[in-house]
Amino acid sequence: MFEPKIVCFVCKWCTSAGADLAGTSRLKYSPNGINLRFMCSSRVDPEHIMWAFRQGADGVLVGGCHPGDCHYQDGNYRTQTRMALLRRVLDQLGIESSRLRLEWISAAEGKKFAEVMDNFSEELRKKGPLSLASKEMTV
Amino acid sequence: MKRIGVFVCHCGINIANTVDVDRVVEELRKDPRITHAQSYIYMCSDPGQELVRDTIKNEKLDAVVVAACSPSLHELTFRQASAEAGLNPYQCEIANIREQCSWVHEDRERATAKAVKIIKSIVAKTYLNESLEPIRVPINRRAMVIGGGIAGIQASLDIANSGYEVVLVEREPSIGGHMAQLSETFPTLDCSQCILTPKMVEVGKHPRIKLMTYSEVEEVSGYVGNFTVKIRRKAPSVDWATCTGCGECMEKCPVKVPSEFNRGLDDRGAIYVPFPQAVPNKPVIDRDNCVYYRTGKCKLCESTCEVGSIRFDQEDEIVEEEVGAIVVATGYETLPLQRIAEYGGGEVPDVIDGLAFERLLSASGPTVGEVRRPSDGKVPKEVVFVQCAGSRDPERYQPYCSRICCMYTTKHAMLYKHRVHDGQPYIFYIDVRTGGKGYEEFYHRAEEEEGVVYLKGKVASIFRDGDQTVVWGTDSLAGRNVEIRADLVVLATAVVPGTGVQDLAKKLKIQTGENGFLNEAHPKLRPVESITAGFYLAGCGQSPRDIPDTVAQASGAASKVTALFSKDEMEQDPMIAAVDEDVCGGCRVCISVCPYDAREYDEEEEIAVVNEALCEGCGACVAACPCGATQQSNLTDRQILEMITASLGEE
Ligand SMILES: Cc1cc2nc3c(=O)[nH]c(=O)nc-3n(C[C@H](O)[C@H](O)[C@H](O)COP(=O)(O)OP(=O)(O)OC[C@H]3O[C@@H](n4cnc5c(N)ncnc54)[C@H](O)[C@@H]3O)c2cc1C
Ligand code: FES
Repeated sequence: MFEPKIVCFVCKWCTSAGADLAGTSRLKYSPNGINLRFMCSSRVDPEHIMWAFRQGADGVLVGGCHPGDCHYQDGNYRTQTRMALLRRVLDQLGIESSRLRLEWISAAEGKKFAEVMDNFSEELRKKGPLSLASKEMTV
Repeated sequence: MKRIGVFVCHCGINIANTVDVDRVVEELRKDPRITHAQSYIYMCSDPGQELVRDTIKNEKLDAVVVAACSPSLHELTFRQASAEAGLNPYQCEIANIREQCSWVHEDRERATAKAVKIIKSIVAKTYLNESLEPIRVPINRRAMVIGGGIAGIQASLDIANSGYEVVLVEREPSIGGHMAQLSETFPTLDCSQCILTPKMVEVGKHPRIKLMTYSEVEEVSGYVGNFTVKIRRKAPSVDWATCTGCGECMEKCPVKVPSEFNRGLDDRGAIYVPFPQAVPNKPVIDRDNCVYYRTGKCKLCESTCEVGSIRFDQEDEIVEEEVGAIVVATGYETLPLQRIAEYGGGEVPDVIDGLAFERLLSASGPTVGEVRRPSDGKVPKEVVFVQCAGSRDPERYQPYCSRICCMYTTKHAMLYKHRVHDGQPYIFYIDVRTGGKGYEEFYHRAEEEEGVVYLKGKVASIFRDGDQTVVWGTDSLAGRNVEIRADLVVLATAVVPGTGVQDLAKKLKIQTGENGFLNEAHPKLRPVESITAGFYLAGCGQSPRDIPDTVAQASGAASKVTALFSKDEMEQDPMIAAVDEDVCGGCRVCISVCPYDAREYDEEEEIAVVNEALCEGCGACVAACPCGATQQSNLTDRQILEMITASLGEE
């Protein structure tokens, strides 16, 4: 069976802490994603996401704190705007924009982290691998 | 070439059960960028750390990656160990293969492959890490305490008595909080006022405590060690410096509004002191209810005041305080009676809440300690107490246990019996929880010696019939429904976070949990700190608790503050924004996105620079920089791209 590769950009304060909680609670989820831990979701540059797709990612997850809860005040609002813009670019490049997910997962939401990982992995399994043609694009 | 060593921890069986540690090491050894790879059963143990230190020296390593548990647990441990072996601590990184790998997966094959990818992505980053020096910042050894209940009072006194200055900010006109409203306290039945007021007076008089009542925090900037706090000092409409606190004005005031302190059981004027023992003992004018502010006429208080202290035109003042640490002790409120309509809350006059009953029992209360019901002032002969009113009810109200109600209801029933010897108290309960020193004994005394009748079961509804209040409930032990025609009903309403706590938490950038209470950094090991450095928690703002627990926690928070103040300066992580001056074109996008005003424009050089003391290292400006001139130290774009590539593996 096809197993999608997912790159997860997670902020230290919320989503990575939520993923840690999923661990301490011994929740089980699909091992398709690798977390890259940043201080804030606002550190994520659209260029990083394009690079991930080029290098063979079938999906990218950006995880931050809930709106209003960003450790750096309004970083996640910036992330939201950047991701919305990037989605349009992705569509134009022929990459389904649903391969990019933005999720607000707090430090208390271990269960949500596990659910998002399972659900996103399953969705990508159905979609199949990202087609090569689109990987030819330049960043 | 940089020499990197990777140390993979088995964590007993915690990692080794799902991740094939030997295979991981084998895979790592094939990677030309890794000089040394090995595993050990408990990397964080003394011999484990010794192994890391020895290998750094013997293999002449330039950097290490420890693949173990979450960096929030042992990053510091291994950075210290690396430093002891002569390595720059920022050349040590953690790969989290426990919380984010072995504990959450079952397929050994896939978990092992994932662990390798996690480690390789961290190795890719570490390969490009630079040796950094921590940024040293001086600590302002002055503390702020927000909230002046018993938690805030205790924390302030402990810090001030250790020799540091404290600014205590309280929203209400007086400190004291809820403890000031209590009559006698379980399980010893000592008088609440008698043990509290001396502490309140000590706060008021303390040379190192700056008391700001009737004040609220408007804005906080800065970081641990160096906060600047803007405080709104609400205009009391009275010049407190000259006011003698004689109380003449309050006598003359024609207005009558329900007293908050006495839970509406009697009235106060528009100019008032919340209670006689208030600290400071100076009145404020409640402008919403004052005749002068509403109609432009009256000023009776002004004409009575012999020292001329009334100031109708006084305005709110914004003051700034600089502090190094902040204790948040904002306490609790109780679920408003009106919210519990099926129990007649807010409708039936003789249905009151626990705090109102405290006021009825209190010798300084509206009835001078005689239990008289609100509707007609009669002494009630049958009183029903209902526990868990709004607690442990996830469908409709609060899901959690409010923790103090079992004990205070027992106390209420007992004190009622002491006042009304021929009266009969009944208590409806789900469980009686008595976890505390002397609590179980206290409960047995109520049931066995004081004639309190305990009924295990839920109350379905409460309504008024004539001058009586009818309670329909079940007695599940006897297996029947019961109807009690009571003279007074007391609801143990749920303990909830105070109003405005969410707002305050946002201003302070500290976290709250699902039920709105303030979150601690770690539920077991760091119970008095917030995850945000420089903030400490005390009292019921964190979760419901009784006075002994509140005081213990307040002293805990205070000692954390004094521990911070025992140093001259603090070290901050240097993973902040840095600008390549040759590349920066001076577009200033970074300045517009920085939440901390840490990016500034250098007119002379025509570039944007970083104020290192203000930069918190979020990276927002790095992502916004259109030409890559701004980078984050040890998390540059190049490092991120390498991490991405490594995390996707070969194939
Ligand atoms: C009916 C009843 C009976 C009780 N009986 C007992 C008993 O017998 N024995 C016992 O051990 N415990 C008892 N308790 C529990 C006891 O009241 C609490 O443990 C204790 O009062 C908690 O103190 P605190 O300082 O945390 O909170 P609080 O007393 O609520 O104090 C918080 C203070 O912070 C202020 N504040 C809030 N928000 C802000 C803000 N944004 N800015 C500035 N200031 C703010 C508030 O005005 C208040 O002064 C009882 C509780 C109830 C409800
Ligand atoms: S810190 Fe989590 S999104 Fe900013």
